[in-house]
Amino acid sequence: MAEQKASTSIEAVESGLAAQGYIASRQIATAVYLSQQIEKPILVEGPAGVGKTELAKAIAAWRGMKMIRLQCYEGLDEAKALYEWKYAKQLLYTQILKDKLGEVLGGAQTLHAALDQLHDFGDVFFSKEFVEPRPLLQALEQPGGCVLLIDEIDKSDAEFESLLLEILSDFQVTIPELGTVSAITPPTVILTSNSERDLGDALKRRCLHLHIGFPEQRLEERIVESRVRGISQALRRQMVGFIHEIRSLDLKKLPSVSETIDWARVLVLLQAAELDTEIVKDTLNVLLKYEADIEAAAPQVTTFIAKAARSNVFG
Amino acid sequence: MRENLHRFFRAARGAGVHVSPAESIDAMRAVKQVGVSDRAILRDALLLTLAKSQDEKLALGDCFDLFFSQPEPRQDQPEADNDEASEDADQSPSSSAASEAGEGRPPEGLGPLAQMLLSQDRNAIAAAIASASGAASLSDIRYSTQRGIFSSRILDAMGLQRLRDDLDELTATNPALAERLRSALDALREAVRDTVSQGLALYAREEAENLRNEILRNAPLARIERRQVAEMRALIRQIARRLRERYSKPRKRQRRGHLDVRRTLRRNAAWGGVPFLTAWKRKHRDRPKIVALCDVSGSVAQVSDFFLLLIHSLHEVVDDVRSFAFSSHLIEVSEILEKKSPEEAMAEIMSKVGFGSSDYGSSLVDFEKEWMSTLTPQTTVIVLGDARSNNLDPRADILRRVSERSKRLVWLNPEGRLAWGFGDSEMPRYATFCSVVRQCATAQQLERAVSNIVATYQ
Repeated sequence: MAEQKASTSIEAVESGLAAQGYIASRQIATAVYLSQQIEKPILVEGPAGVGKTELAKAIAAWRGMKMIRLQCYEGLDEAKALYEWKYAKQLLYTQILKDKLGEVLGGAQTLHAALDQLHDFGDVFFSKEFVEPRPLLQALEQPGGCVLLIDEIDKSDAEFESLLLEILSDFQVTIPELGTVSAITPPTVILTSNSERDLGDALKRRCLHLHIGFPEQRLEERIVESRVRGISQALRRQMVGFIHEIRSLDLKKLPSVSETIDWARVLVLLQAAELDTEIVKDTLNVLLKYEADIEAAAPQVTTFIAKAARSNVFG
Repeated sequence: MRENLHRFFRAARGAGVHVSPAESIDAMRAVKQVGVSDRAILRDALLLTLAKSQDEKLALGDCFDLFFSQPEPRQDQPEADNDEASEDADQSPSSSAASEAGEGRPPEGLGPLAQMLLSQDRNAIAAAIASASGAASLSDIRYSTQRGIFSSRILDAMGLQRLRDDLDELTATNPALAERLRSALDALREAVRDTVSQGLALYAREEAENLRNEILRNAPLARIERRQVAEMRALIRQIARRLRERYSKPRKRQRRGHLDVRRTLRRNAAWGGVPFLTAWKRKHRDRPKIVALCDVSGSVAQVSDFFLLLIHSLHEVVDDVRSFAFSSHLIEVSEILEKKSPEEAMAEIMSKVGFGSSDYGSSLVDFEKEWMSTLTPQTTVIVLGDARSNNLDPRADILRRVSERSKRLVWLNPEGRLAWGFGDSEMPRYATFCSVVRQCATAQQLERAVSNIVATYQ
């Protein structure tokens, strides 16, 4: 019974994401479903442009939640990711409240008495009012839950990873002056990585590991279909076939899904009815981002178009 | 099911995927959510929770397919099934007439195993094999040599002793039935053997690989066989990865405790010299800089090959490596090694300087003439060679100058210490100018040597 529910729920995830224009493979849908059920973050790896960030956006849109994004970079630290004290506000308030403070402490005869009275007010200046929440803390404070996207975690320093561990496993952070802040509703956390450096085992252990590679031909056709309006089915099939041929080459940067979509848009704009050598050569710079790659691919264009057309007939 | 998942985790560990207890708990929770009815979903769920990288995903996927190619051995075992089935097919026509009647009522006084075999209940037999392999803890199998002992353990656990007694008895009373039982027993043995082989493939892979690597690590590099070269390259790459991991992230070693007075005062000038901000002295670390001179003549060539492969795959740790190869004269090979694949690079180097008789003297002269100026007080110079100079002038004076100009001079010699100084070996004369001289004939020694060199820069 529960199993029956599982496979239908996974299908529900798939169709939910599809409604937002994100065509997910079965694996992606399973990962999203599982992360919801066992409350674990998803670590998404894969080449640039396969829709890692897009996945988080689609989940947020599908479930009608706010998306909070933390873009990682070298040198990102606690103050920018977690919280910061509003120093200026603290200073300003002490200035404004000077007189009031004088009044309150006026009755005290000795320094000790003044200090005791001051203690009675507690830590007025280190309270919630003076905390500037940064993305991670914001995510925990959303009453209705949210999607927290920690983008390109591989770009941050190894120290930052350790900072994340507490949030990822227990959905809480500890602020020394205030105590531990737990999530009101555990957020759905998505981490993305381009594998620029190996992440620590401790971080990986706390996540579901999802690898998104280049999609299969059918899936990619569906992605183009949902993303680009007004492209004929024949052209779609032909261009996706062509891109799959290109990916078999040994290039510096293989074209990924985002390039496919861009190219489809370009082809629609140019009102191409079908691929021919001329138009492909003119628009190759949309697909390939390095001069050396374009040079390597250019001589093959005619053969690839022929191959794509042939697969079109049979497929 | 829980039992089976635990066995799968063991198998996954065997396939080289690190499954910690915490991960296995997560996997259990995931499986509880998705259920086991849809194998594709189960596979995805396990891959998501257990594997931590793309390589691990592939390994785990293969492991999953192998493991569940016999979904839940408790119920059926295709291999065992097939054997039984073929046995059935062979037997049924011949013995059907005789045994059809006996089929319904198994002979009295036989042990449970004999009854099971005679009734040819495949599922029951498979289940018995599975539970017996559990009792014999098949998942502890490590080496292929243990196959025999595990097979006999499983058979014993199934009650082979009783079966033998039954067989003896039957031979006297009912020879036809005994014959049937005997061939059924043979089929059973075969099924058990297959089960053990599968267990070996599942659980012992890691151990077998470790053992092979261990042997390979200690094999003399100069004499490894051609078919092992590729394996050795893989091993060297593994070593390189380990060294990279160990040394690429320089640990922050700020020497707290030693106040840098000058910098502290300067930094706090704005506060009238009241030291709000303190500056501490830091320990200066040299960037690793390595110059490698490799003998590529005759027997040393193979070792040089692996050494160059290792030192050039340490990019993250040592970005400044210059390599030179020599036999009768010396050339720089850094660029060839950077640009080409290891195989091509080595072929090109060999065609340029290899196959000559080694002449250390003139090679050192070549080095002094052109590249002496590249040596700085931060450079570690590594010479890899057997120091057999064919009785030509060794020019140890140049080596002395090299040693004076550099931080360290390390000599790695593939020959054992016993051979140094005998015949045309100039090792003792060179050794006086070296900071370190070590034997370096196996992958393990190579790793230690390179590790020590890199460690001096940490």
